[in-house]
Amino acid sequence: MDLKWNEFIITGDPLILGAQISILLGGIAVVAALTYFKKWSWLWKEWLTSVDHKKLGIMYILSALLMLFRGGIDGLMIRTQLAKPGMEFLDPQHYNEVFSTHGVIMILFMAMPFLIGLINYIVPLQIGARDVAFPYLNNLSFWTFFVGMALFNISFIIGGSPDAGWTGYTPLATNEFSPGPGQNYYLLAIQIAGIGTLMTGINFFVTILKMRTKGMTLMKMSMFTWTSLITMLIIIFAFPVLTVALAMQTFDRLFGSVLFTLQGDGNPMLWVNLFWVWGHPEVYIVILPAFGIFSEIISTFARKQLFAYKAMVVSIVTISVLSFLVWVHHFFTMGNSAEANSFFSITTMAISIPTGVKIFNWLFTMYRGRITFTTPMLWSLAFIPNFVIGGVTGVMLAMAAADYQYHNTYFLVSHFHYVLISGTVFACFAGLIYWYPKMFGHKLNEKIGKWAFWIFVIGFNVCFFPQYFLGLDGMPRRISTYLPEDGWTGLNMISTIGAFMMGLAFLIFVYNIYYSWRYSPREKTGDAWGLGRNLEWATTSSIPPHYNFAVLPEVTGLDPYWDMKEKGLDQQKNTDYKPIHMPSNSSTPAIMSALMGMAAFGLVFQWYWVGIVGAVGIFITMIVRSFDYNDGYYVSVEEIKETEAKANK
Amino acid sequence: MAHDHNVNPNAPLEYQSEAGRLNITGFWTFLGAEIALFSTLFASYFALQSRVGDGPTSIEMFEAGLVMIMTMLLLTSSFTCGLAIHEMRANNVKGVIAWMIITLILGAGFIGYELYEFVHYVHEGVTLGTSAHWSMFFILLGTHGLHVSIGIGWIILLLIQLARRGLTPKTASKVFISSLYWHFLDVVWIFIFTCVYLMGMVN
Repeated sequence: MDLKWNEFIITGDPLILGAQISILLGGIAVVAALTYFKKWSWLWKEWLTSVDHKKLGIMYILSALLMLFRGGIDGLMIRTQLAKPGMEFLDPQHYNEVFSTHGVIMILFMAMPFLIGLINYIVPLQIGARDVAFPYLNNLSFWTFFVGMALFNISFIIGGSPDAGWTGYTPLATNEFSPGPGQNYYLLAIQIAGIGTLMTGINFFVTILKMRTKGMTLMKMSMFTWTSLITMLIIIFAFPVLTVALAMQTFDRLFGSVLFTLQGDGNPMLWVNLFWVWGHPEVYIVILPAFGIFSEIISTFARKQLFAYKAMVVSIVTISVLSFLVWVHHFFTMGNSAEANSFFSITTMAISIPTGVKIFNWLFTMYRGRITFTTPMLWSLAFIPNFVIGGVTGVMLAMAAADYQYHNTYFLVSHFHYVLISGTVFACFAGLIYWYPKMFGHKLNEKIGKWAFWIFVIGFNVCFFPQYFLGLDGMPRRISTYLPEDGWTGLNMISTIGAFMMGLAFLIFVYNIYYSWRYSPREKTGDAWGLGRNLEWATTSSIPPHYNFAVLPEVTGLDPYWDMKEKGLDQQKNTDYKPIHMPSNSSTPAIMSALMGMAAFGLVFQWYWVGIVGAVGIFITMIVRSFDYNDGYYVSVEEIKETEAKANK
Repeated sequence: MAHDHNVNPNAPLEYQSEAGRLNITGFWTFLGAEIALFSTLFASYFALQSRVGDGPTSIEMFEAGLVMIMTMLLLTSSFTCGLAIHEMRANNVKGVIAWMIITLILGAGFIGYELYEFVHYVHEGVTLGTSAHWSMFFILLGTHGLHVSIGIGWIILLLIQLARRGLTPKTASKVFISSLYWHFLDVVWIFIFTCVYLMGMVN
């Protein structure tokens, strides 16, 4: 690809120039601060090369919050452009780029890493393990995700962002209609991050199956662990489909194959099918852990065991099977036979049955419970009615004949924001607040947290509820502007106001992180809420030591920590310490992932020599790893005693 | 691994350590993902099979003899790979290395013929861009060939480690995992042989 310098770095747009300058200044500030406080070696040794699942979890969550900010800015830009008819805030090309990156970032670089971060931190603790099955792989997963994310994000300042929608539909996304590097960024960045996700899937699947503590049978696992296990299973079977689909489109764009093109007898619909064979299970990958988080929080703050645990497990498994059988409902209008549409219509509606079972289980868990209205509980309570609105409109969309009316309108946009925000985003906030004392040793301020909660939930409804009516009124999605005669002005303005309320709530949430770091009282015990039911609360200190449990707990039933407290057993009294084996940190994953980023960056611009150098580098790091026989180290009994003694003070 | 080294001396060498057991379970899970990956490739191949555009069809290009040689090479290599694991169970490191080297030679022969086949097609004017059918043919076969090539490189690394360290629970689990991979590629080839070549030559 022959690019002039001024085409390489995007110029001429004041918004992007502002972003470039702020990124440059932000980067300089971070580097200067690290150098000034001499924190480089601390950062590298304690965090970036760490194989500790807890530290990796925190790094995932920090990245996800950053991406929530970036994706949120995209969303606010979309809403600003649509506030009034004929706005000239974004030109149509820029608008296309913004809604494409908004979708990709929110799903793949915000929702997934946020949930994977929580899973990383919490699941090994909940199953009473000291780490995951493959700690090295865990670090590599994080770094591939991070490099994929970074690659995707530099697209808007170097070379140009993808502009073919988050779905990257062909033939629009082929070279003929989307020339330039934008779509290449999409393909390669998601490819790298997707490989990391697959490794996470394998890692946690084996961890949960093989590393549970003594006595914890499958049917004694916490609900969050169950949803994580099933999520990992979905990842294992769904992500390879994405890998193949992305590789195929990459071949079309870079190496001249004709799979999805209009020439050479290609079939663009094949991409659409492959994308959604992955894409629909992906929806459940981001919603099932959310269900798990709500289950934990609701049963904790209702002080009751989760209602109908077995029905909950059965419905999760059912959802995972059905999630692979509904993909055609994303394109009912694209010329399938009536038989095909009917089949996928019925399977789609069938998913609402296990989901409905879960809704009732949460309600019955609260029934006659003594409920404490903490902030995480508020988010969970708000989830139920809002998610039901999203779910019911989903069933409306599932009716193939009626879908011809709703397809590609704001009705659909509103539907998936209702399920993804009130499901996944509420869960991310709820889970982060709930487990915050476990991660950082102090709670987030409840009062500020409640302000953020109310403004966000009200803003969310103000933003998206009007969009159902805009959709029924015929407003198509992905249009950059409309006319005053269309009659959509008032509702669009209301929607934009709601969006900015959500933005404000996010800022309050972030401020709360700072405020609580300064002023919140530090937790003295492992059970910060005093109501903990599962093993993550059974650690001696609020933040678990790097080996998690000095002595591995034994489990006899559901809600094991609650059970221990009821029976008056003190997990910490057991001081029969033995040396603990732990894995060593490793620097190869970060280097390997950086080389992947380099190779992919070369391919984006079709500088094949950069790609080849990067690929050779990747293989060299793999060889280094193959010859690495480091078996980890032992934590001595003295060190355990010392750490545990400190924790009890 | 953050788990105590509870060693089980009665199990085969590769299953003795906790890490070895976890790695083997993890690799089986990875093979599950690989099945999903190749299933997607096969499904795409079937979807595009009749889309030959102006290019030739499979029946005009495929040669039964060549494919038979490739199949025999790969199937035999799977057998010799099994013999290597048999020697590993007998704790005979030289036997493992010898049979694995034979496996790799057979695998390299397979790759050689595959490259010859691709070059031959390109000379005949059939390339990645000829039609959707041939794009998918090269991608499906190329993915399998790339897997075999990576396998060859990987097993060479393992043989160096075996020669240096002998058979330990750790080297044994590595070699065992590579044998799972090798057999898996053989299974995939049987599907390619049937679905791409045999069905392509009768239609």
